[in-house]
Amino acid sequence: MTAQTVRRRRRIDLPTDGDGSGRFLPWIIGLMVYLAALALAGMMALHGAIERWDSALAGTLTVQLPASAGGELEPALKLLRATPGVERAEPLDAAANAALLERWLGPGLAAEELRLPRLIDLRVDPAGLSDTAALAKRLAAVAPSARLDDHRGWLDRLFDVALAIELVAATIVALVASAAVMSIVFATRTGLAIHHGTVEVLHLIGARDTFIAAQFQWPALRLGLRGGLIGLLPALLTLLALSQAAGGVMAGDKVGGAISALPQLTLAPWQWAVLLPLPLAAGITALATARLTVLRALARMP
Amino acid sequence: MKDRRGSTKGTPDLVRFENVGMRYGAAREVLRDITMRLAPGGFYFLTGPSGAGKSSLLKLIYLAERPSRGLISLFGHDLATTPREELPALRRRIGVVFQDFRLIPHLSALENVALPLRVAGRRDDSVHANVVELLRWVGLAEEIDAKPATLSGGQQQRVAIARAVVSKPSLLLADEPTGNVDDLIATRLLRLFEELNRQGTTIVVATHNESLIARFRHTRLHLESGELTVGTPQAQAASAAPPADAEDGAPA
Repeated sequence: MTAQTVRRRRRIDLPTDGDGSGRFLPWIIGLMVYLAALALAGMMALHGAIERWDSALAGTLTVQLPASAGGELEPALKLLRATPGVERAEPLDAAANAALLERWLGPGLAAEELRLPRLIDLRVDPAGLSDTAALAKRLAAVAPSARLDDHRGWLDRLFDVALAIELVAATIVALVASAAVMSIVFATRTGLAIHHGTVEVLHLIGARDTFIAAQFQWPALRLGLRGGLIGLLPALLTLLALSQAAGGVMAGDKVGGAISALPQLTLAPWQWAVLLPLPLAAGITALATARLTVLRALARMP
Repeated sequence: MKDRRGSTKGTPDLVRFENVGMRYGAAREVLRDITMRLAPGGFYFLTGPSGAGKSSLLKLIYLAERPSRGLISLFGHDLATTPREELPALRRRIGVVFQDFRLIPHLSALENVALPLRVAGRRDDSVHANVVELLRWVGLAEEIDAKPATLSGGQQQRVAIARAVVSKPSLLLADEPTGNVDDLIATRLLRLFEELNRQGTTIVVATHNESLIARFRHTRLHLESGELTVGTPQAQAASAAPPADAEDGAPA
């Protein structure tokens, strides 16, 4: 033994890495991180898609006039164009109407042979026109058959569904985190039981509780980081595969010539970045959990 | 009150017990109404038959157990009112040679001995020379890399002693340190303790070895059925039966 041996000595006095419970912990944490990453990614993708829909539809209104009320088109247009906040009010021509129905009725539709309602596409400044109900009232005065659709009704229902899905995903993340914490508590308690003799000696020779806790918390940090990486890598691969598959579906849709009704469930670069610190979060969670578990156990000692 | 080393009543007691009782769980008391004082620089034998409560008394002193009643004062701190976070500092002033040594199996002899210094926050660089010197002192210069499992019982005991004294404790407690060794080693061990005592460490040795007690002639604390009596060195030389009272370490 030389002086170097002492200088190079491990700061850790307990060989917790060899414990059976510690060997399985990275795999358990890995599984949890995998599930949490997928749930988080799903939550973020859905949230992003809903936000994109919302912003896309925020400045868009549609006025619908029955085919039988063609005479109300001009007064309606006149009112709408004179309304503050309305940037553009253009009636859709027959060709545009036919294009909208092409998805269901096929190409080559003779729209003029059908009694289709007339649609007015409105582009508004949401800040300048916030009260669509008042506009609807004024519109009814000049065009009683007109119906103003701000898409809010179905968009609100869609938001409710999306919120429910996001809540489920958040619950999954919380459950997964709880399960990970419980696994770490169990592994730490097992480690305390295995090394009870050494812990007691450290305690009796005057080690502070934080010194003893450090014997468990740093290995727990390592196991948590390792588990986080084990879970994150396959999660990223899974998400990439899903992203590729979703891209293929969207591309196929565009080739078909239709405007997709599906939200783009893809992740923005910052959302990918949100997933990257998951191993660090797992490591810090493991560290804090192991530390608190040991400190609580030591508090019961004299 | 004056102890046999001449310290006066004004000298703070290293250890003070007043009417201390102790029980494990709901069982009957293993120690009853223990009242005693250990003066700084004293050397005490703790004797008594198996099951008399010697280890329990030592555990109370090295803060491994709490009393079920009574007052314990250690280095002038009333343990009942001392905050828990201050107890490690008190423990670091006590060296303990456990009956079963309690060496940490995966650490080398050197690392075991160095442990109290590391626990106290000493830098590794400053630890090495002290520890090697101490292992040389206990005759284990060639075994500093050895793990406890590869050492003999006597060698393990010396590592345990080195660990107990490495931080120069104010109080050294040894629980049956001569239990597993022959008379020659036991005598050397007691001489080693006396050397530490001369350097100012208060020593308490729990032992059954009557011949050692007679030869080394230090104050005897005798436990019988959980109750403590104190004998003087002179009385021990004259008789194995200790008197009921004594100045140093006497029940108040």
